[in-house]
Amino acid sequence: MAQTTSAPEAHITVHDLDMAYGSFVIQRDLTFTIRRGDIFIIMGGSGCGKSTLLKHLVGLKEPARGQVLFGDQDLWRAEPEDQQRIMRKFGILYQSGALWSSMTLAENVALPLGEFTRLKADEIRRIASLKLALVGLAGFEDFYPSEISGGMRKRAGLARAMALDPEILFFDEPSAGLDPISSRMLDDLILELRDSLGATIVVVTHELASIFTIGNNSVFLDVDTKTMIAQGDPKELRDHCPEQKVRNFLLRGELAHAAGAAGSG
Amino acid sequence: MAVAAQPSREQHEPGTVPPTLALGRSDPQTLSLGIAGDWLLASGTPAPASIGPRLDTAGPAQRLMIDARNLGRWDTGLLAFLVGIQDLCKTVGLAFDTGNLPPGAGRLLALATAVPERQGARRGEARPDLLTMVGRESQSLWRSGGEMLDFLGQAMQSFGKLLIGRARYRRSDLVDIVYECGAAALPIVALISFLVGLILAFVGAVQLQAFGAQIYVADLVGIATAREMGALMTAIIMAGRTGAAFAAQLGTMQVNEEIDALSTFGLSSLEFLVLPRMIALILMMPLLCVFADLMGLLGGGLIGIGFLKISVVQYVNETLHGVGLIDFAVGIAKSVVFGVLVAVAGCLRGIQCGRSASAVGQAATSAVVTGIVFIILTDGLFSVLTNALKI
Repeated sequence: MAQTTSAPEAHITVHDLDMAYGSFVIQRDLTFTIRRGDIFIIMGGSGCGKSTLLKHLVGLKEPARGQVLFGDQDLWRAEPEDQQRIMRKFGILYQSGALWSSMTLAENVALPLGEFTRLKADEIRRIASLKLALVGLAGFEDFYPSEISGGMRKRAGLARAMALDPEILFFDEPSAGLDPISSRMLDDLILELRDSLGATIVVVTHELASIFTIGNNSVFLDVDTKTMIAQGDPKELRDHCPEQKVRNFLLRGELAHAAGAAGSG
Repeated sequence: MAVAAQPSREQHEPGTVPPTLALGRSDPQTLSLGIAGDWLLASGTPAPASIGPRLDTAGPAQRLMIDARNLGRWDTGLLAFLVGIQDLCKTVGLAFDTGNLPPGAGRLLALATAVPERQGARRGEARPDLLTMVGRESQSLWRSGGEMLDFLGQAMQSFGKLLIGRARYRRSDLVDIVYECGAAALPIVALISFLVGLILAFVGAVQLQAFGAQIYVADLVGIATAREMGALMTAIIMAGRTGAAFAAQLGTMQVNEEIDALSTFGLSSLEFLVLPRMIALILMMPLLCVFADLMGLLGGGLIGIGFLKISVVQYVNETLHGVGLIDFAVGIAKSVVFGVLVAVAGCLRGIQCGRSASAVGQAATSAVVTGIVFIILTDGLFSVLTNALKI
């Protein structure tokens, strides 16, 4: 692959980032790089600040300290117009879908198209249908978000996130609340998006199956030390990470369990 | 030395043996705590603290062992008691031994104490003193004042964008909101203003009749309705009806991350959500106010003509004579301002909403409260102003 041979450029760089709500520090000293074309996993136990980190990356929450760079532009020090321009390259799938509840699925997908492109109404309608068909929701154009299931809402959210063919796609817990088959289909779709659109993908998840299927780079946030304790390919980390906590996480607690059994036996 | 403990509640199911405690000594270094009977949540269990004083008087020992030979049925009630005993042992420096506790209870006890309490997670903050509370309240008042000004400034900016035709919002949203806060509010506005007109006329009639001046009921109702009551009642109805709805809608959107989704698409929630709501109220409030004025006059007329036996022609003539166009104009001007206030209060509280169901409720409540306070204050200001300007 071209991406691996010609050292891909850094797409997102996080430098010395501290995250805090008021005086309550969530994580500190985060420094990592996401390369173009990566599928980057943000992982860690519950409550360690994964979703908060995502909010910092997409520009919803200002860092307490440090930088979030896209290419060489600092998202938080850029002029408002530049910030808007950077953010327009994002597609974000929120945990619950976050579809606009007063609009139908087609209108949800069409809204960004209508606001940010010069397409005519019937073209927009056609593209919205296409995006919905890509996530398996053909025929649901005129349904409201409240009329469909949680899994469908999530897929519709993905269709909306893909509306403007984003360069970077962010996923917040994409497989939470999905059955194993749908979750697998979503993984395939994520891989397909990376390969076909060349998008960089950032995923917050603790679904091990997904992590190993799609991830090729990752960062592990630790809740006790309040900082990152590992980064790299999750498969490598599982087998060779010096931090036992990380290996244990990626082996679904097998290490601790085995140690406990050995200790009592 | 065995003492039967008093169970906290005397009520027992038939067939239940009441739980008892006995503190003894099995060897010089070991205290034994005998637990017997049925230890069930439903029938109540002794408090762990009741053992404390007896541990102090029991003399020196190394450890405390549980003796569960005569234990009957047990559930969480027993576990909660034992966790308490364990803490107690830690404070007085005794080792805790589960002894011959049933294996299930022993395992659950081990599980409950396996993960140490996370440092700093417990919210054990003492109740702040009066000065601290006053300080915090004034800080938050100061902050919320700042937030309100910030919001108003942004709203003005988006109005500026609207004027030069660059504001992004959906026309179809505007139409929906106009219907929702215009036509859909007609029945309640009609009813309330009709009744207020009626009440004004009644109150006036009783007083004026004493002087034989009942014809002036027409002036009273006309001026009060046109200048004050039409606009005021409409505004209060709209604060309760539409302001609360705005806050709840935007608050729910905040909870569902819909507002986050807007802003990450580079769409301003001010332009997209607040602007159409403000425009709708600015357009609809004067119309509703005119309608409320007419209904108020009708209510007053009903009393004047039906109850005071004034003829229709006389009543209409007196109204036309007593109430000027300027009175209506003052009322309508007020209603436009009230419309802005209701929209600002509703949208501000909605946008500020936290991320839980109870936060949405609070947002709706405080939208109504803020809205009504704004309305009354502004109405007072208008009275002073019109008086000073002699209109």
